[in-house]
Amino acid sequence: MSSQDHHEESFISKYIFSQDHKWIGIQYGITSLLFLLFGFALMMVMRWQLAYPDTVIPLVGWMFEDGMLSPDMYNSFGAMHGTIMIFLGVVPMVVGAFGNYLVPLQIGAPDMAFPKLNMASYWAYFIGGVVMFASFFMEGGAAASGWTMYPPLSVIAENGETVWLVGMIFLITSSLLGSMNIIVTIVQLRAEGLTWGRLPFFVWAQFVTSFLLVLAFPPLEAAGILQLMDRLVGTSFFLPSGLVVGGEVLNVSGGGSPLLWQHLFWFLAHPEVYVLVLPAMGVVAEIIANNTRKPLWGYNSLVFAVVWLGFMSFIVWAHHMFLTGMGQGMSVFFQTTTMIISIPSVIILSALFITLWGGKIRFNTPMLFALAFLPMFGIGGLTGLPLGLAPTDIHLHDTYYVIGHFHYVVAPGTIFAIFAGIYFWFPKITGKKLNEGLGKIHFFFSLIFINGVFMPMFIQGLAGVSRRLADGGVSYAHAAGVLQWNEFMSMSAWLLGLAQIPFIINFFMTIFKKVDGVADPNPWQSTTMEWTNTTSPPLGHGNFETAPVVHRGPYEYSIEGASEDFIPQTQK
Amino acid sequence: MQIPYNEELRPDTGLYNAKLGIWIFLASEIMLFGGLFSAYIMLRVGAPVWPPLGTAQLNIPMATFNTVVLITSSVTMVMAWASLKMNNFGKFKMYMGLTLLFSAMFLVVKYFEYSAKLSHGFTPAHDTFLAIYYTMTGLHVIHIIGGMIVNGYLWMPGSKMWESNPVRFTNRIEVAGLYWHFVDLVWIFLFPSLYLL
Repeated sequence: MSSQDHHEESFISKYIFSQDHKWIGIQYGITSLLFLLFGFALMMVMRWQLAYPDTVIPLVGWMFEDGMLSPDMYNSFGAMHGTIMIFLGVVPMVVGAFGNYLVPLQIGAPDMAFPKLNMASYWAYFIGGVVMFASFFMEGGAAASGWTMYPPLSVIAENGETVWLVGMIFLITSSLLGSMNIIVTIVQLRAEGLTWGRLPFFVWAQFVTSFLLVLAFPPLEAAGILQLMDRLVGTSFFLPSGLVVGGEVLNVSGGGSPLLWQHLFWFLAHPEVYVLVLPAMGVVAEIIANNTRKPLWGYNSLVFAVVWLGFMSFIVWAHHMFLTGMGQGMSVFFQTTTMIISIPSVIILSALFITLWGGKIRFNTPMLFALAFLPMFGIGGLTGLPLGLAPTDIHLHDTYYVIGHFHYVVAPGTIFAIFAGIYFWFPKITGKKLNEGLGKIHFFFSLIFINGVFMPMFIQGLAGVSRRLADGGVSYAHAAGVLQWNEFMSMSAWLLGLAQIPFIINFFMTIFKKVDGVADPNPWQSTTMEWTNTTSPPLGHGNFETAPVVHRGPYEYSIEGASEDFIPQTQK
Repeated sequence: MQIPYNEELRPDTGLYNAKLGIWIFLASEIMLFGGLFSAYIMLRVGAPVWPPLGTAQLNIPMATFNTVVLITSSVTMVMAWASLKMNNFGKFKMYMGLTLLFSAMFLVVKYFEYSAKLSHGFTPAHDTFLAIYYTMTGLHVIHIIGGMIVNGYLWMPGSKMWESNPVRFTNRIEVAGLYWHFVDLVWIFLFPSLYLL
């Protein structure tokens, strides 16, 4: 079966409505990078308001009334920053881009199981993104009730909220189609000899992540439908009886429950955290094994831990709700499960740390990002423990401490893993490695400034400064002692923005760089199939010249008696 | 380029791709309706009286009739698939047509049920019971319509595939059937929870 039978494809079917998983992965990657940049830009504007409340914003002030970010706009920016970063940035990047591009290659498949569905999932995501983006220009502005959209506030909010819900339905549909596809691909299209025990850890991480998406997103879809009914048809799913708005009792039937939304929302949104983190762990594991030239330590424990993590993530959701008065019994249950779920996370992190021991580490840019992931994610994880225990959470809930905690998990955690992955797999897509010098500048400045942004949040949070305050806490006496950090954090955020410029230059410079000769298909001397069984990039539709046959595990590095320090999975 | 296991079964899993795909999709559908059922339970547990005072009385005979109609349509759906397995395309056409007829009948009955309620002012905004009733049955109706579109396609234009690739066409009917039985099953849960309990 030849997989390289080229027939002429039109520009549109090749580049726009492509059914090739590699190109769809690239489409996902480019779109989500743009959304990540946009979400970050929103935050850089918000940080001006926090550092210098009610002063004219430089550079972009002309876009706003009076040149300042009004409290309403601040709310809107905050809600959309969260929504964009999570649903339009990180998830499409780690699942849509990395999952699409790499899973079929790593399991030796010619494409995803359902190429047309794959295309549909990208375009559903794209429409969802356009809808979300367009809501900024609507009358009343974008949704402003926080990324969690808690009712009753969200139900009585302006029209932006309706648009948010419609956008979410597109994004949920996209995720469902994409993750179904990944599951079927992994189960059905593994190459001959690629048993479950020989799957690269990245594929395992994608497999568990896809199950989380398939099973956790529909309850949010249900909740979204209920909230749309509340907003458009006038039902009262989330509106209690006798709700007073602006001094008047709201004219609805009542009898609903705001807590219902929170349960349905967090039933999605907690597994969602693991959707953000597990693929990142997969990326980091691949890069660490490759650059320590050692097999991953404890492959079986890693796999068990990731499956266990996926399962447990469905029964911890209400630890976001300790302060809602849902009852002590519930709190005890959910804080217990929360403590249990930290065990597999620690297993994964420990196994990756132990892998470093005695390795011949190559400190290239992808490896630096992957190495930084470990302590940064560690900080994020450990600072989560006080939030998972109800008594300490009473003090810390809704403060900047929470913001610091989950940003450590997602920003220097997942986003560093994304950068590691981009630097690592860039030569697979283009045939050219990104420039190491610019890469290291990008890495070291990012590492310094990202800590400058998020570390002081723990200090402010412990002092009791609430999040989502448009003035950064100026109007609260108890915040006075820690307010000086606002300026420091904002400076760090803008410098972090500047630190991304070397990456952007590097990205385009490398793409347009002319290189003579045929590119090395395996520049990192890796063992897995995406490197060892393919021709030089760009790969044709169908990936492999002949269907690969797997003979060994994914991480056979530095095996005694071998001619090189790595043995490809497909070598006999 | 050919994706493997579109028609033939993968030896170690015993499945073709679309069959696994539809099961995963149905798992997500279970979570969707599961979310709505838990919303229903939470609203009901939280209400002082259930159903709320002054709410509409649902029409149990009509719903019972509809249950029978929907179960019959599931039976004809299986017969349509079995006819293809037995290489009888004519019988497939007949049974698939019957399936579509029964689904349309369900929608007609549902239309009379809805309009009788709405004409008396029992809108979704009336109370939480009617809100959850309209939302859940409405979503179910959307699923019926979606299934009818797919079945209608496979009945008429899509059935050309029987000539070019009979194995794959039979697989398509099986997959559409699995979805149809699921939609049927959702109603089996909706009927007692909304009408009887």
